[in-house]
Amino acid sequence: MDALDLARWQFGVTTVYHFLFVPLTIGLGVFVAGLQTAWHRTGKEHYLRLTKFFGKLFLINFGMGVVTGIVQEFQFGMNWSEYSIFVGDVFGAPLALEALLAFFLESTFLGLWIFGWDKLPKRVHLATIWAAVIGSNLSAYFILAANAWMKHPVGYEVVDGRARMTDLWAVLTNSTALAQVPHVVGGAFVVAGGFVLAVCGYRILRERRNDPADPGLTTPAREGSASMWRTPMRAALVMVAIAGVVVVGSGDTSARLLYEQQPMKLAAAEGLRHDTAGAPFSPVPGVEVPRLLSFLSTHDPNAVVQGTENLQATFEKQFGPGDYRPNLPVVYWSFRVMIVFGLSTVALAALGLWLTRRRRRTPRPPREIPAWFARACVLALPLPTIAIIAGWLLSEVGRQPWTVQGELLTAASVSPGVSLTEVAISLAIFTALYGVLALAEAVLLVRHVRTGPEPVSPDPLTRPSHDDEDRAARLQPTLMY
Amino acid sequence: MELTTFWFAVIAFLWTGYFVLEGFDFGVGMLAPVLSRNEAERKQVLGTIGPVWDGNEVWLITAVGAMFAAFPAWYAGLLSTFYLPIALVLVGLIVRGIGLEWRGKVHSSTGRARADLGILIGSFLPAFLWGAIFADLLHGSATAALAGGIFSLSLCVLHGAVFVALKTSGPVRSRARRTAMITSAVALPAAVVALSGIPGASASVSDWAAAPWLWACALAAMAALSAGIALTWRGRDGWAFAATASSIAGTGAALFGALSPAPLPGLTIAEAASGPYTLNVLTWIGLVALPFVLGYQAWSYWVFRKRLVAEVS
Repeated sequence: MDALDLARWQFGVTTVYHFLFVPLTIGLGVFVAGLQTAWHRTGKEHYLRLTKFFGKLFLINFGMGVVTGIVQEFQFGMNWSEYSIFVGDVFGAPLALEALLAFFLESTFLGLWIFGWDKLPKRVHLATIWAAVIGSNLSAYFILAANAWMKHPVGYEVVDGRARMTDLWAVLTNSTALAQVPHVVGGAFVVAGGFVLAVCGYRILRERRNDPADPGLTTPAREGSASMWRTPMRAALVMVAIAGVVVVGSGDTSARLLYEQQPMKLAAAEGLRHDTAGAPFSPVPGVEVPRLLSFLSTHDPNAVVQGTENLQATFEKQFGPGDYRPNLPVVYWSFRVMIVFGLSTVALAALGLWLTRRRRRTPRPPREIPAWFARACVLALPLPTIAIIAGWLLSEVGRQPWTVQGELLTAASVSPGVSLTEVAISLAIFTALYGVLALAEAVLLVRHVRTGPEPVSPDPLTRPSHDDEDRAARLQPTLMY
Repeated sequence: MELTTFWFAVIAFLWTGYFVLEGFDFGVGMLAPVLSRNEAERKQVLGTIGPVWDGNEVWLITAVGAMFAAFPAWYAGLLSTFYLPIALVLVGLIVRGIGLEWRGKVHSSTGRARADLGILIGSFLPAFLWGAIFADLLHGSATAALAGGIFSLSLCVLHGAVFVALKTSGPVRSRARRTAMITSAVALPAAVVALSGIPGASASVSDWAAAPWLWACALAAMAALSAGIALTWRGRDGWAFAATASSIAGTGAALFGALSPAPLPGLTIAEAASGPYTLNVLTWIGLVALPFVLGYQAWSYWVFRKRLVAEVS
């Protein structure tokens, strides 16, 4: 175990952790903005309640995404100084643009949204949440463009042992980035939709029980009115289904790009050792679909797909002795987990859309959502989350041993001046802190979901609070004076 | 002006903007327990930075991102050299950000107490460490780092107290003014010690008398700090805040002036810089985008311009 290994572990731990929160920031933000738009247009009170309810869940999660993201930006310089010096000219530009064009937008307008309910005109206030979520989505684009460059470096030349950018446009329109952005952002929307489904499923089950002693029951639930969760559930189902199509489509493009740009990752993902014409694909071990891998990676069922051993020999000739294969089991399994877990979420959404379809001919009330489906919806949170994390493992473990494909090895990227002890200390601190915060966030989210949406006054000027301690605290000055 | 010099100035501007803006955030975070006697007042104090702190923090993200893009070797050298202090800064920013975000969303007073602790520790760590890191970078000694840390810490507390005085009314405001006066007893001597060390530490001049501009910035920072204290005493909150902000700006100018042209030992700006293509492209994008960014951020301060009162319902 040396500083390099620990630095890699730290990067892996902090990045995967960061990415637990990012999809919700990206997708749930848009969902909340959509709810507020619906309220703005229809004036229906339950849209406002849902906006505030999901807005609160969004904000609890948003903070974690922000603070863990700061670590990411610093970590390149801290642990990967050689990498940073080599790539800064190219890789730094999208990061700087991300901060300037996306993060300012996101943070400033989110501040305005959170605190501006009673300070801004309704229309302007609605615009602030849209500006903030545009910022979040824009940031995804810039960071993915930077990430794509590591896998498929374009628009640069190497001068004096450092990459020099020659074409920013080429970096920002890298084919790898253009496939990766819809894949990851679409995945984020699947996760966010899955989160909403899980929340709706839980609330539906709970409200159907209609326990009179349940403090977390909303007023409409008590009054026996139609469940307020039907609309957000339908919206989330549509979101997951559309995003799912985008993910599958861009995934197909990504596979073909892998064939051209990162054949080793493709071979590792299938566990293909030797060059094979008409290569098969096994979605799960033991089941093999003939010629499918060749078809997926070239759209030609008879094409030759290169194997890891052949590629290893080629790379040794090209770059000198060394092991150019990534960790094969991790890449192989993360590929399968991504596909199976991701597709099952989309299948769940398709099923849900069928179950909740509108009755067109007769004006009967909408179909009731079956309890088993509400229960299945709770799975819609972990399934796509695991899928998206597995996707990142496939993508980044599969890139090894390179940090910049064909240009810079991971082993040559690490900070030479940072000791094993230093990395061990920071890894321990971040892991422990992140663990505690993950637990706290989970508890906080569950509590808020249990409490359910608070009643709102149609006039946003009087903000109600149902926190008893809060009220006591507010009353205190009155008692004092 | 050389493009590299221009970008060094841009980064100095971003860091200085960060210190000016988040300086009072840190101060408010540390002073919240001191300035408030009950939950309503605590909300009043933290409410002064509530809508703006996250946007202020993006100045740091942008400063560091710009360093990465424009001077990769400076970025990498600074962060890997000060590895553990930087890691502690990050820990501070994490627990402070989470404390501020979650404080209004936890259900119990225990949860709020934890959030408050996060805000306190998380404001203290970066407020002290940034001063210590940059002083160590300039002077390369632990004593200087300690002095720099105490200076930045006390300046943040003072700046934060003045900001609370400007943004609140009632008992919190008078407490903030009193706290500012008490803090000045530490901040002013610390400023004299830390600021007078800056011009002499510059690698570009062997003789301190040859750095009149650095001295001008350092002395202006001291003068602005003194003015801020005097104005606080006279109850001119707005002007006092302008003065403490100018003091931080003067400190930033002196600091980055002294770091030019060698922001790290043995590394010049020219050596650290990215190629002219990258710098050119970023210049154009920055020139187009920055006015918008400054505009909407200023607008957000305008929206929340009113003094906050302890909310009585």
